[in-house]
Amino acid sequence: MKNKFLLNILFYCLVALIALIVLFPFLWMLSSSFKTQVDIISWPPKLFFEPTLQNYRKVFEEQNFLKYFMNSTIVGSVSVSLSLLLGLPAAYSIARYTQNRLAVFILLARLMPGISFLMPWYIIFSRLGLMDSYVALILSHMLIALPIVVWIMSTYFSTIPRELEESAMVDGATRQYAFLKIILPLSGPGIITATTLSFIFSWNNFMFSQVLSMEKTKTLPIAVYNFLSYAEVDWGGVMAAAVAIMAPAILLTMIFQKYVVKGLTMGAVKG
Amino acid sequence: MSRSSFFERNLRILFPLPAVIFIGLMMVFPILYTLYLSFTNWNLTSGMEPAFVGFGSYLSVLTEPRFLHALGRTFTFTFVAVAIEVVLGVVVAIILNRAFVGRSLAKLLLLLPLVATPVAVGIVFNLFYDPTIGLLNFFLNSLGLPQGSWVSSEKTVIPALILVDVWQWTPMITLIVLAGLAGLPEDPMEAARVDGASEWQILRYVTIPMVMPVILTAMILRLIDALKTFDIIFAMTGGGPGYASETLNIMGFKYSFEYFRIGQSSVILVALFLVVLLCSLGIMKLRASTEN
Repeated sequence: MKNKFLLNILFYCLVALIALIVLFPFLWMLSSSFKTQVDIISWPPKLFFEPTLQNYRKVFEEQNFLKYFMNSTIVGSVSVSLSLLLGLPAAYSIARYTQNRLAVFILLARLMPGISFLMPWYIIFSRLGLMDSYVALILSHMLIALPIVVWIMSTYFSTIPRELEESAMVDGATRQYAFLKIILPLSGPGIITATTLSFIFSWNNFMFSQVLSMEKTKTLPIAVYNFLSYAEVDWGGVMAAAVAIMAPAILLTMIFQKYVVKGLTMGAVKG
Repeated sequence: MSRSSFFERNLRILFPLPAVIFIGLMMVFPILYTLYLSFTNWNLTSGMEPAFVGFGSYLSVLTEPRFLHALGRTFTFTFVAVAIEVVLGVVVAIILNRAFVGRSLAKLLLLLPLVATPVAVGIVFNLFYDPTIGLLNFFLNSLGLPQGSWVSSEKTVIPALILVDVWQWTPMITLIVLAGLAGLPEDPMEAARVDGASEWQILRYVTIPMVMPVILTAMILRLIDALKTFDIIFAMTGGGPGYASETLNIMGFKYSFEYFRIGQSSVILVALFLVVLLCSLGIMKLRASTEN
């Protein structure tokens, strides 16, 4: 009995240790974002200090972060919407006609290194005058979102019993009608998973935007990175920027926790 | 024959068609174009059109020590990081695999590193590693241990980067293995327990072998991504100091967008492409053979 009690305490200590390791960088980032430069560079590092909002003021007023925030939102939501438009029918077809080779073909976009498309895009988009345009950025981010949508949705569609469409089709409905009116309305959870996950991946993408965007279409990861290249590193400002960029993705994750876990672990567990 | 029935009969082609055209234009065509460019010596800054040089660019890149080092570093970084992530990830999953107060909170915490923007994560760790104001040296100092210059030293830069990757991606292995453990039937463990097996024996001889396919799949997913690691390295070191943390991805990026030596950068991209492809195929074969 006493042994079990001790084991329990040991277990909770372990869990607390794991939680601390996971959380530590976030906590340090958050606390540094409220410090003045003097507090940040003081030695030993300060645990207690007088919080200031000046870093956030700098990020949003002087650095125009609101604009980059909008750019990230536009690029993420348009590329995810278009990927759903292309990906949902493709995923349905893969699930119902077991088109495995087609699935592998689309998933290759997820496996292959992004830079092997990025260099040719750079040349092609420059020639077409599409550098620093939303079109180029959205097209590139669709290559992130589309494989995620197809991967998650083809798995999801194959869990919906075929009898549902088939009985409607016996009654004279076409297959495309059954897809739109019967299958899609049942696919809410799958679509939420696919949308959340592909939006987060687009939101976090650095490499594509670093090359294809300049001042007009610059997204948040680039803005945060550029913050570093100023003469002297303004750590407080950089940390406030880091908080600003992570907050939306973390908020989405908290709201859709169940779906995000499903999306990230899907396939691995099934296969 | 009505129009809608034509559509319906060819649904299996028409439904995926837009996605296939998109991937063809945005992925297949660019890869073929890269392959073509790798046989030229094109330099974007020269203002001249690409000239065909056969295997000229291949010879110059593949014999360059900088390339060979980047190739080796890509493998070192990937294998060490993924090995640590798999071992740690499985251990943590086994620890957390029981009902306890705060279990769903623990799972939420595990998700956070996975959705954190890698560039920002890299920057936060740069502050942690900073030789003069960083917390790491402060801790080491308080414990009376020697301090280091971490990402600014050629000796420690790769381990320091691996630690960041381990922090960010171990939770993915844990979550996948936890999901796998949740899906296991209880009977075999019960049977072993009735037969008098210890908890350790059950874990070692029943649970882990049953969850092995899931662990291997998680490892494959991680391995493919680790080979392509870009954001944290680029943000934290840019491949430096010198070339000490330059992987194929970083080197390809520099040749493409800093030196604009397109012919040579194409060779590097083809090499990276092949590394990822061969590794993926190799491990999938390995997994298939363990299942039979």
